[in-house]
Amino acid sequence: MSQQKFLASQSIGSFLETLLREHRVLVPLCEGDSVVFRPFRKGGGLELTRMPTTSPKEATFPRVETLMSFTQKVSAPQEEDGGKERPEIELTEHLPQDSTVVFGSRPCGAKGKTIFSRVYDTEAVKDPYFIARRDNTLFISIACSAPETTCFCTSVGGGPADSTGSDILLIPVTDGFMAEAVTEAGAKLMESAFFDAGTQKAEEAQAVVERAETKLGQAQDFSNAREKLLKLFDNESFWEEMSAKCISCGTCTYLCPTCYCFNITDETAGNTGKRVRTWDNCMDYLFTLEASTHNPRSSKAKRLKNRVGHKFSYYPSLHEEHIACCGCGRCIKSCPAAVDIRQIVKSAQEYEDVNI
Amino acid sequence: MSTFNPYLPELATIQEIIQETHNIKTFRVVLNDEEKMKNFSFEPGQVGQLSVFGVGESTFVINSPPTRMDYLQFSVMKTGEVTERLHALNEGDQIGVRAPLGKCFPYEEMKGKDIIFIGGGIGMAPLRTLLLYMLDNRSDYGDISLLYGARTPNDMAYSYELEEWLSRDDMKTTLTIDAEYPDWQHKVGLIPNVLLEMNPSPKNCIAVTCGPPIMIKFTIQALTKLGFEDSQIVTTLEKRMKCGVGICGRCNIGTSYVCKDGPAYTYEQLKQLPNEL
Repeated sequence: MSQQKFLASQSIGSFLETLLREHRVLVPLCEGDSVVFRPFRKGGGLELTRMPTTSPKEATFPRVETLMSFTQKVSAPQEEDGGKERPEIELTEHLPQDSTVVFGSRPCGAKGKTIFSRVYDTEAVKDPYFIARRDNTLFISIACSAPETTCFCTSVGGGPADSTGSDILLIPVTDGFMAEAVTEAGAKLMESAFFDAGTQKAEEAQAVVERAETKLGQAQDFSNAREKLLKLFDNESFWEEMSAKCISCGTCTYLCPTCYCFNITDETAGNTGKRVRTWDNCMDYLFTLEASTHNPRSSKAKRLKNRVGHKFSYYPSLHEEHIACCGCGRCIKSCPAAVDIRQIVKSAQEYEDVNI
Repeated sequence: MSTFNPYLPELATIQEIIQETHNIKTFRVVLNDEEKMKNFSFEPGQVGQLSVFGVGESTFVINSPPTRMDYLQFSVMKTGEVTERLHALNEGDQIGVRAPLGKCFPYEEMKGKDIIFIGGGIGMAPLRTLLLYMLDNRSDYGDISLLYGARTPNDMAYSYELEEWLSRDDMKTTLTIDAEYPDWQHKVGLIPNVLLEMNPSPKNCIAVTCGPPIMIKFTIQALTKLGFEDSQIVTTLEKRMKCGVGICGRCNIGTSYVCKDGPAYTYEQLKQLPNEL
């Protein structure tokens, strides 16, 4: 562990202003009742106490991004084509160029991109858009001092001060934060004069983390969820019961730091257009609807089964037992129908049936 | 830094369009980049995403074999938005191609075996690739037979090739339609029933089938009745796809992504996946 430095609360604004020279800086701000990540503006406020309502995944995976643009043209009539006009298309790749710092994410939010990486950055396929953003985004995360009842990070391999996915981890103490560099890039940022090596509050910081861990209580053991969920695949009544309250709104997918499904669509205006990628929602009937009208996930029970199955069974099977969930609890807290993914997995784990 | 972008299509020109049936057109396309066209390689059963710029992309099997590389052929049934716009295109028009995607039929493992193809409607497209590949490498395979069915004679794609297939002495072709039709010289009856009537021997034989889901279901039942083991039955699946590279989350059946782990599967492999077709 590298040396901790102190970042005073009153210095944060000035520190972020220096970052603006080279980076886009995303910070949590209050907007109505929600806390959302928005670009930092000089003199602008921050909300660093409440858990952000949205996830910081938009830094590395924007809601909408242009993958490429195209222009349709018609060439002048060519003699070799028998005097006919020839249609032409000009295609331009749009790879992200900007560099971003996310300040004030929680460890759970910062961890999201590591779950993306196992799918978006493999031997077989590399998603150049995600990779460019991931490699040009720094996460300065704040350890969680007051976990909520919906939090369960310790049950999915995380913790209130988990540094996975962060470049700097800040632990809240009196009048500021104890900062710890996690990556080289993080250490470089901490060379700034705003980080004070003289003030040491390491003991206080440790106590804060221990209190949060205690508050989170006993971690839920999901280790046999992988097999149990598969065994229940054909149990329609189980999934109908689990999804009874669900209204297929997709709030869970849009707020989730680890949900990585997307749609690709074309948008045009006249002869030009762009191909855009947008977040998509697997809870929507249209997500898997085929042109033939056949739909392999025609009911909300089937869709919820796939969402829970993907996170707690299929993904762990494919990626060395890692669960595709960071335990942030946003899906539970913001669900208008109080669907609780922890309860669903637990029900599957505890399900006893003579037939399975 | 220049990394391969799996989302970026190659621009291609439609060289030829064949009206197969009232709702199926075949497109023969050539990549605009001559070097890339020359070096293009794929295996039978692999698919491609065709782009109509401004409308979107859809997945189709490459139904010309890798042994005939003058063009890449795709047969398209008019079903949704992209296919409707594809049908409206003309020869010389530009489209995008992302290919090859997915895994091929296990054609290496099929060497030395008798092969029976069972195709229904547009499901003949992927079978055509493998059939022509095998005919072009005829000595590698045992007896080859084809059972091809459609609703009516007018719904039969590749009609211009059927005469040749019927007359070849190195393959046995059986055609069937669902109900009696004036001047029809071949079988009448649903594919699984005609298959049972043909009574092919499962000994050293692999059955490759594709068609509407309901036809595949009953064809597999018929094959099982005839004594074919699960590992002797090969099929190819269709799912709604976007990325084509196993990321976007639409086409998975449990842990298997049809776009990259399929679309070709043996029935033995399919049975190990959750039941979500």
